[in-house]
Amino acid sequence: MSNLGTDRVKRGMAEMQKGGVIMDVVNAEQAKIAEEAGAVAVMALERVPSDIRAAGGVARMADPTIVEEVMNAVSIPVMAKARIGHIVEARVLEAMGVDYIDESEVLTPADEVYHLNKRDYTVPFVCGCRDLGEASRRIGEGASMLRTKGEPGTGNIVEAVRHMREVQSQVRKLVGMSNDEIMTYAKNLGAPYEVLLDIKERGRLPVVNFAAGGVATPADAALMMQLGADGVFVGSGIFKSDNPENYARAIVEATTHYQDYELISKVSKGIGTAMKGIEIGTIAPEQRMQDRGW
Amino acid sequence: MTKIGVLGLQGAIREHIQSIEASGAEGLTIKRKEQLDEVDGLILPGGESTTMRRLIDKYDFFDALIDFGKQGKPIFGTCAGLILLANDIVGQDHAHLQLMNMKVERNAFGRQKDSFEAKIDISGVADDFEAVFIRAPYIVEVGDNVEILATYRGNVVAAQQGTFLCSAFHPELTNDHRFTNYFVQLVEEVKKTLASS
Repeated sequence: MSNLGTDRVKRGMAEMQKGGVIMDVVNAEQAKIAEEAGAVAVMALERVPSDIRAAGGVARMADPTIVEEVMNAVSIPVMAKARIGHIVEARVLEAMGVDYIDESEVLTPADEVYHLNKRDYTVPFVCGCRDLGEASRRIGEGASMLRTKGEPGTGNIVEAVRHMREVQSQVRKLVGMSNDEIMTYAKNLGAPYEVLLDIKERGRLPVVNFAAGGVATPADAALMMQLGADGVFVGSGIFKSDNPENYARAIVEATTHYQDYELISKVSKGIGTAMKGIEIGTIAPEQRMQDRGW
Repeated sequence: MTKIGVLGLQGAIREHIQSIEASGAEGLTIKRKEQLDEVDGLILPGGESTTMRRLIDKYDFFDALIDFGKQGKPIFGTCAGLILLANDIVGQDHAHLQLMNMKVERNAFGRQKDSFEAKIDISGVADDFEAVFIRAPYIVEVGDNVEILATYRGNVVAAQQGTFLCSAFHPELTNDHRFTNYFVQLVEEVKKTLASS
């Protein structure tokens, strides 16, 4: 007798990605560059976040042709994004056999009240979070992996740092609490009580938590690892730099050896110019992707 | 105390360290090849085998890992680690460390949606072992000197060749440490033999 899609199988898949870099790609050629550079997975999408930001309009699930092309091009796992709450986009990606779905704020939300009930699916999900309340709600809905939201497509690490520090500090606070304080903490965070109890018992989140949303350089990736990320997503940072091969390889190495500063300086030398960044204060509030999600 | 390393380039490293420590040995994450001198046995963890191979080459681990195995020190490869140990991989011209005489197929059980858990018997190790298979490979053919330890639906999912041990599933993802314990005992026996020779 065998069981498909159990929590252990879904969360375990993300455990295997730890210490690695997951790269956004828009075609087979980019996917091969990512695999060659040592990415542990690729995220197949129609446009990287900075292009989505520039293009405006409604951002949807990628054309299945692109996802299929990427799946056929590489042997590493392939992830794809569905809109928040878009049951059918998620089901379509699951039917295609993608290895992980990102219910992502980078796309325009399909539901302004509810996220997907991710427990219904065999395929595992990753979701964004800015704090422990949001992280716990997503775990409660069945997310098998988390990532910081950061501010996608900006090449500015400041929001990812804020979100990672916030989650880490709230987990530490929770672990130090007595059990009779947890219900009120759950109420204040808007977090499911049982999820918080589980986190307290383990002393850490029950799923891996990657950094995402603003990683543009090898040093950014290493910074996020030092702040406690289990791995790194790089969206626009690789294929919007002026030498994607160099950036991809250097970011992988800096993630593996995030405390080896000589190595990081070596891999950062002469790799070309990073993507152009955006100062967060210049983004109109309604253009901020991190505020999408409930 | 017996010290066992876990190749720490990428993948489920912490879980293996915990399992080693629950089995009564000391665990060490190996990030530099020089650290291999400090350990009596080594686990090649689950992760992405292509990524691990790139990093093995990048940090000049390749010959050091083969030497480690050829000195007679035990190595246990789980999932991606099993792929690294095999001397033949279906559909690929080149295998990796080639320490075990077997042919393996990557993602042989399918993609993530086909990943599963099942109870299996591991010969001489554990009955009713809860095995977690994630985009798992299996062993297609074994050489004469390779002992089959477990099968699932007719496919070989665990094997041993002298001091080399491998599994297509992830013993580190459950709280059942019997398989890791078996490896720890193997390392302890070999350590005694190597010390007296």
